[in-house]
Amino acid sequence: MSVAPVRSRIRGVVGESVERPDAVAKVKGEFQYGSDLNREGMLFGATLRSPHPHARILGIDVSGARRMSGVRAVITSAELPTRELFGLMKLDQPVLATGRVRYAGEPVAIVAADTAEEARVAARAIAVRYDVLPPITDAVAALQPGAASLHSKGNVIEDVLVAHGDPDARADVVVEGEYELAMQDQAALGPEAGLAIPRRDGGVELHVATQWLHEDLRQIAPCLGLPESKVRLVLAGVGGAFGAREDVTLQIHACLLALATKRPVRMTYGREESFYGHVHRHPAKLWYAHGATKTGELVFVRATIVLDGGAYASSSPAVVANAACFGAGPYRVPSARIHAVGAYTNNPPTGAMRGFGAVQSCFAYEAQMDKLAAKLEMDPVVLREKNALRNGDRIVTSQPVEGSAPVAEIVRRCADLPLPEMEIPRDPIGLPGGAGNLTFGEGVRRGTGLAAGMKNVCYSHGFDDFSTARVRLMRDERGPLARVHTAAAEVGQGIVAVCVQIARTELGVQRVEIDPPDTTIGSAGSSSASRQTWMTGGAVLAACREVKAELLSRARRTGRSLDDLPALLEEPIDKTVTHRHPDTEPRDVNTQNQGHVAFLFAAHRAVVDVDVDTGLVKVVQVATAQDVGKAINPLAVVGQIEGGIAQGLGLAVMEEVQLAEGKVRNASFTDYLLPTTLDMPTVVVDLIEHPHPDAPYGAKGVGEPPTISSTPAIVAAIRAATGRELNRVPVRPDDIVFGAPYRSGWRIRPGDDPRGAVRA
Amino acid sequence: MKLTVNGDEREVDAADHESLLTVLRERLGLPGSKNACEQGECGSCSVLLDGALVCSCLVLGAAAADREVRTVESLADGDRLHPVQRAFVDMGAVQCGFCTPGLVVSTYALLKENPEPSEQEVREALSGNICRCTGYGKILEAVQRASAGMYGR
Repeated sequence: MSVAPVRSRIRGVVGESVERPDAVAKVKGEFQYGSDLNREGMLFGATLRSPHPHARILGIDVSGARRMSGVRAVITSAELPTRELFGLMKLDQPVLATGRVRYAGEPVAIVAADTAEEARVAARAIAVRYDVLPPITDAVAALQPGAASLHSKGNVIEDVLVAHGDPDARADVVVEGEYELAMQDQAALGPEAGLAIPRRDGGVELHVATQWLHEDLRQIAPCLGLPESKVRLVLAGVGGAFGAREDVTLQIHACLLALATKRPVRMTYGREESFYGHVHRHPAKLWYAHGATKTGELVFVRATIVLDGGAYASSSPAVVANAACFGAGPYRVPSARIHAVGAYTNNPPTGAMRGFGAVQSCFAYEAQMDKLAAKLEMDPVVLREKNALRNGDRIVTSQPVEGSAPVAEIVRRCADLPLPEMEIPRDPIGLPGGAGNLTFGEGVRRGTGLAAGMKNVCYSHGFDDFSTARVRLMRDERGPLARVHTAAAEVGQGIVAVCVQIARTELGVQRVEIDPPDTTIGSAGSSSASRQTWMTGGAVLAACREVKAELLSRARRTGRSLDDLPALLEEPIDKTVTHRHPDTEPRDVNTQNQGHVAFLFAAHRAVVDVDVDTGLVKVVQVATAQDVGKAINPLAVVGQIEGGIAQGLGLAVMEEVQLAEGKVRNASFTDYLLPTTLDMPTVVVDLIEHPHPDAPYGAKGVGEPPTISSTPAIVAAIRAATGRELNRVPVRPDDIVFGAPYRSGWRIRPGDDPRGAVRA
Repeated sequence: MKLTVNGDEREVDAADHESLLTVLRERLGLPGSKNACEQGECGSCSVLLDGALVCSCLVLGAAAADREVRTVESLADGDRLHPVQRAFVDMGAVQCGFCTPGLVVSTYALLKENPEPSEQEVREALSGNICRCTGYGKILEAVQRASAGMYGR
């Protein structure tokens, strides 16, 4: 008995490019996002936020707001049902500021009213008296002895040392550099939005656009003073995430207002509020030293990395660990000392964004690799190939890379991809500045750069990483049907299609439907860390195999053929499976451990035209080679890669949340620049498929690598075109025209503890 | 005020300061036009006002009185997708989908005026529509496919 003949008739299985199950609703405008939700009798919520990055709250007068028309509830810290704090990895954040505000934009009070406008006006009418305190806005300063403590245990959120090999190793050739990355915004187009509906049993149901329903539940319920059983979460349509929806934003607020008013309450942030409401990518300052032999073998890497965690911890501990663990990149490094520290400051909180710590160190170590190549007078591609990690090599945490580690292959294949026409265009529309008509090409120089990067897939360092899937195989009047239920958040990445493809492949059934994700099933973990294909895909695969085993057993028992599905499915088959990846080890003192389950690698090559007179950059082409293990849905894989590169391009040349004394100066899409069709070049993609033995079908995950090494590749190309140092991203026109490199103002020997920094 | 929306004459009670986007989404039950920046930068709210492509967030609702509005909801004929929509689905131009309604309307407007745009013309025409997921590659391919679909090539 074989299932092969059944399977061969099925379209849209694993490995084929398939249509997303949600695509039709999305193109018709019928897909329901969080901000589209509606309920009869619904109220609207609004938030009052602190204008100061650091202040004591002396008093809050809500009497005026309470009297305003349409206002149904005003809640400040004094009215909260509990004193519970929330937070993704440390419970350090108050639901509403209590006695003190730590960043400009911190929620101080919330209002529910009959209309959105009334709620907003009432929130503005709340009078708060502040005693303004000096903000700490430099993460290195925050770490120094004597800095004011922003939290009870001081300003260190996380401190990770990765040290192996000879701490005194000497090299023939040494290059040093300091680097900075500014704060990047995820800029998901869908604003934060949710609808909270009070339940008759005193509980609440929250429909919300999030990346991880169960983690939200874990944080929300205690802050409401409710058991988890009285809080149900349902995934609303998610308009992009990129890490920004890992943290709780309006979830608790919307539930509090619904419980207080006994009415459904919708909260939707506008774009400006979205900039204050969610965490951003950590700004980073990095000090690096690379040593190599005369022939270009790496001898040591030493680095000190300071990440600005902002006012609250969010996922900073894991981001800091990633920056350290991947601080030497996809290369063999006999001796390493990488010291990464995350600091509390009065800047807006930072947390997860695509690439998650690996982005920051990659920008620095790839600049260092180019510096080293220049000093050795060696082709930078050859230098990378020479030092590339191979299967079985250990990364700087001593963990061997197993499964697939084709770093040299990726670098070489990327370098060999076809280049664009080498002639600089004559039509100004194709030149830097475009329709601005700023040049006829006289000051335009072309440059090419290449970079490679690595990151873990899935959660690391002993975290219990699992996903649960329920698969039901049944029949209805149209024939056999499989239903897949998980709590995995579809945020745009395409996990819904992956689940359908896996069910079709395993069960040989064409019709597969995805049930709405909610908290009535076990957690799927977050849609982050490039992990859903591996984890939820793996859970669906395992559940399907149990369903299939039951089907085979029924066939055997009844003597029927597997082709006779209707008869075998008189009773539906229903299996729920929780899938875990192999255990990882917690961190130890020197972070020498098996901390990660597997690694992702990619390389990027960028070609840019730079107008050295105006400092404007036109990225002409980005080529990439990426090992994805196995492309489950190749069309979607390429879409993820192109989209990730766009975000990497943004960080390279335009995207920066600009801060002045802790305050965001550009909280809008007018002032926070995002790549458009005129900024994005043609992307050439070389998909490499070396299946990973532990992953479903060998598929390793796709989402993050495109955002890791694309930024340093583009900056390397600008350096090649201009000869400028460009040690800070985003690269600004002034950096190109005037060429003054970034200086941190601190002296730190790479590898040393940043708490010993000296002002330069 | 009265206005024609997707071929139907509608009467709506809207505050003077409300944008056409708010009127469509909150008063007329047409949430297909999206609210991403509400500042005219991202194009997610693109609609046709008397046939001209506008950001509905930048048009006062009152300014649409006695005029004709077409939104993304008008393009499909029941279950039959418009060729622009079909092309976006087939070419993988949809990820999170929040920009998609605006891009579909902008593409429709472009191809009505210019049935066979060059790649540069497509890039210019869609430069007011921000997509954060796709990097635009699949969208550009979808526009070419849509051109073929609309004009039977």
